[in-house]
Amino acid sequence: MSARDRILGKLRAAAPAQTPVEPDVAGYYARHTLQHALPARLAHFSHMMRAVHTEVIYTRADSWPQALAARAAQAGWRHVLLAPNTAHGARAAQALQGLATPPQLKSYDRPIDDWKAELFHDVDAAFTTTRAGIAETGTLIVWPDADEPRAMSLVPPVHIALFDASRLYENFYQAVSTEGWANGLPTNSLLISGPSKTADIQQTLAYGAHGPRELIVLAIVPDDIDLAELEAAQ
Amino acid sequence: MHATPAPARPGDVYFFGTCLLDLFLPEAGLDAMTLLEREGVRVHFPQAQSCCGQPAFTSGQPGEAREVARSQLGLFDQPWPIVVPSGSCGGMIKHHWPTLFAGDADEARACAVAGRVVEFADFLLNVLRIELRDQGKPTKVAVHTSCSARREMNTHVHGWALVDQLAQVERVVHDHESECCGFGGVFSLRHPDISGAMVSDKSAALQDSGAVEFVTADGGCLLNINGKLAHDGKAFRGKHLASFLLERTGGKA
Amino acid sequence: MSTHPITVHPARSFKANSHDAVNDPHLRKSFRGAMDFLMAKRAAQFPDHNELEALRSLGETVRQRCLAKLPQLLEKLEAQLTANGVKVHWAETPEEANAIIHGLIAARNGKLAVKGKSMVSEETELNHYLEAHGVQAVESDMGEYIVQLAGEKPSHIIMPAIHKTKAQIATLFHDNIPAAPYTEDVDELIQLGRNALRGMYLKADVGISGVNFAVAETGTLCLVENEGNGRMCTTVPDMHIAITGIEKVVEKLSDVIPLYSILPRSATGQAITTYFNMISRPRQPGEKDGPREVHLVLLDNGRSQAYADEQLRKTLQCIRCGACMNHCPVYSRIGGHAYGTVYPGPIGKIISPHMLGLNDTQDLPTASSLCGACGEVCPVRIPIPEMLMRLREEAARDPEEKVPHPLAGQGAAYSPQLARVWSLWRTVYSRPALYRAFSWLATRLRVFTPRRQLGWTVHRTPLTPAKQSLHELVRQRQSSR
Ligand code: SF4
Repeated sequence: MSARDRILGKLRAAAPAQTPVEPDVAGYYARHTLQHALPARLAHFSHMMRAVHTEVIYTRADSWPQALAARAAQAGWRHVLLAPNTAHGARAAQALQGLATPPQLKSYDRPIDDWKAELFHDVDAAFTTTRAGIAETGTLIVWPDADEPRAMSLVPPVHIALFDASRLYENFYQAVSTEGWANGLPTNSLLISGPSKTADIQQTLAYGAHGPRELIVLAIVPDDIDLAELEAAQ
Repeated sequence: MHATPAPARPGDVYFFGTCLLDLFLPEAGLDAMTLLEREGVRVHFPQAQSCCGQPAFTSGQPGEAREVARSQLGLFDQPWPIVVPSGSCGGMIKHHWPTLFAGDADEARACAVAGRVVEFADFLLNVLRIELRDQGKPTKVAVHTSCSARREMNTHVHGWALVDQLAQVERVVHDHESECCGFGGVFSLRHPDISGAMVSDKSAALQDSGAVEFVTADGGCLLNINGKLAHDGKAFRGKHLASFLLERTGGKA
Repeated sequence: MSTHPITVHPARSFKANSHDAVNDPHLRKSFRGAMDFLMAKRAAQFPDHNELEALRSLGETVRQRCLAKLPQLLEKLEAQLTANGVKVHWAETPEEANAIIHGLIAARNGKLAVKGKSMVSEETELNHYLEAHGVQAVESDMGEYIVQLAGEKPSHIIMPAIHKTKAQIATLFHDNIPAAPYTEDVDELIQLGRNALRGMYLKADVGISGVNFAVAETGTLCLVENEGNGRMCTTVPDMHIAITGIEKVVEKLSDVIPLYSILPRSATGQAITTYFNMISRPRQPGEKDGPREVHLVLLDNGRSQAYADEQLRKTLQCIRCGACMNHCPVYSRIGGHAYGTVYPGPIGKIISPHMLGLNDTQDLPTASSLCGACGEVCPVRIPIPEMLMRLREEAARDPEEKVPHPLAGQGAAYSPQLARVWSLWRTVYSRPALYRAFSWLATRLRVFTPRRQLGWTVHRTPLTPAKQSLHELVRQRQSSR
């Protein structure tokens, strides 16, 4: 008999005849989900994100590439990783190349095995999009894919995340249920709530433990939301 | 004005003195009975009572605990409340007798008794609606609540409320007030180092609180902390809540 | 912290260990401070008591339901993961788990494994096993890395290096990381660790991780972390081996949501962790990173013993948040090493007897005042004090007694003398006439009360009966009326 059969055999012999009631997760979240309008949700999202050291930049659908370029110029990144085959990657590339001293652009066009050392040592910042956000906890939902692989939001010291703020859920439950995640998940899916951090040395918080030291969220705010009011709501 | 109607004020109660008070702190038991009587309640003390079974129950001897508990079941024939001057013993009866007797022939009797148990401070405050008239000099006290009393019976709130009725008494909060004093019955015998560390910290916190003395409504905690203070040669002491209340309100002239 | 080198502290020598620990003022102070900090942070996360209690109830229901269906869910998980391309392995014992993992690494001639945090791999002493078989295993969680460099064991399940000071870590890094300067600046220390470990991710043949939740419905392994080392271990090397206990499976993806909501808030008082990493399959064609091979090792190691008993099964509800240890007055006095077990604190006291047997762990369940602080904060409402009392009962039970689900080491604390003492106690306390005689004697002979009373008098004056018992005083009062 295999270990599998022995373990399952022991468990089956002991499993209770009656299964307790099914947890009412949906009911709980129906009662505990706030119903805030987008500006309030967004203000809370940014509040939570900034509380854990994330930079949130409010921008617009037409001007975010300039915001990105300005931020890049300010930081002086020399090597920026992005996905030029995507629409947002192409716009980002164009804006960055328009800088007076443009960074060198890299794309994740080979398997990691072929350029691991370069990825680890010669990229200053990576730019990716995000799938959605969660207001309650200040969280980005990222589903890496072939264009923007997993390591992009992990290995470079700076991660710039483009976030369509109209896709901001109230909480994790709302995201999972609205998007029907139970029907299928990608190879890897992530919730990201700030830059990498640790408090393992005497409970002192330090950022950049293994992943990005900086997380910069470029939040594309719908045009009907006033940016100044949004900042003031913080 | 109170929002909810008070439970009917009983004319008679049983008093379950607990084994620790019986042998080691009988004055506290008497003081509690005196206070109850002063409020116009007839207090009945069944002489056949001994112990709720907790020492054995927490020592992995539920069978022995059950037999001692069983011997108490017949002592409370009248439908009167059973007042217990110790939160942990009250909690034992109220919350653990039903499981201790689960499936036993005496289960129904045990549950009936358990359902009538009221912790002493709770009884004074919420059943008798006592109004204490402080006659003592200004003083400061700290309050320690036993953990099972706090968690099973919510008695810390009752103890505070009673002390706060005393006009001349300032109740001071001590460091880590909600933390255990390290008694734990057999724990204090089996793990003297850990239990000793806990009671050291508790007695230090009580002394550092600025209080002149401390009060508690649990015999085990009181013996533990006072035993530590005496061992260390300190003058600071605690007393049972009942004794303190009686003393402050002129009952112990 | 203790200056003497940490050697092995088996649970058998718990009493000696705890004696040393309470007499180490540095240890006492630092654990006290750290636990106060964590308790305050947790409290701040739950301003709404009703929400907390509702969420705890939901967490409890989720875990109990999943445990009730455990065998089916494990099969479903296996089927779903297999369909996703993840290979599932089963191990009854730590040795089996280690052999499986080593076999997988050896099959690709691997030499270096980087490890994300996994308490289950501590159970199996995987690092030790791999080293002995020629595979270097490097811990990459910053706390675990520190502990590994020091040749120690974690002293807390969430914060493994909570017992180390900055200065000790500075020395460790200076001595062990090539070209590392001595610095006590925490940011600089973290950067030193980061750089050293990044070198390891680049070279590693395999990444090993634990699992926080395994979702049967979707075949997904969920990992909770702040540092990103878990993501590194499960993203960069070409092979990922996850190891977890059989109880970690949940039925639905939605089950994870309340558990993940309450876990970080209970553990470290964070609203959420930095990363929630959901892994459902190995690298797919066209994808450019992620391991090409993903394995899951499911370990029993005594869990099925707890499972067999309806009451003790609740032990398996645990989501390993560590809140019970943060709030435990015993843990905060003695720290994690004194327990001598992989899991310290209240959860360690109730799970270790199933892993190691009561013979070696009988002192753990008794080392509690039953104050209930643990049960009060447990996010999945495990009634820890009840479990402790039950384990005391099993340890005290006559080893010959036949019970439906005997525990390994039943009767470890049984002694005929002790049994006689309790039976004598019962006889006296259940017979009023005897009790009356006993208390009369005890009060009249009070001057002969022993001066030394087991552990009591180490720190306290002896318990001495009053001159008269309450029974007597009441009788006198009645007759005088
Ligand atoms: S027993 Fe409860 S409090 Fe302790 S680690 Fe497990 S889940 Fe957390």
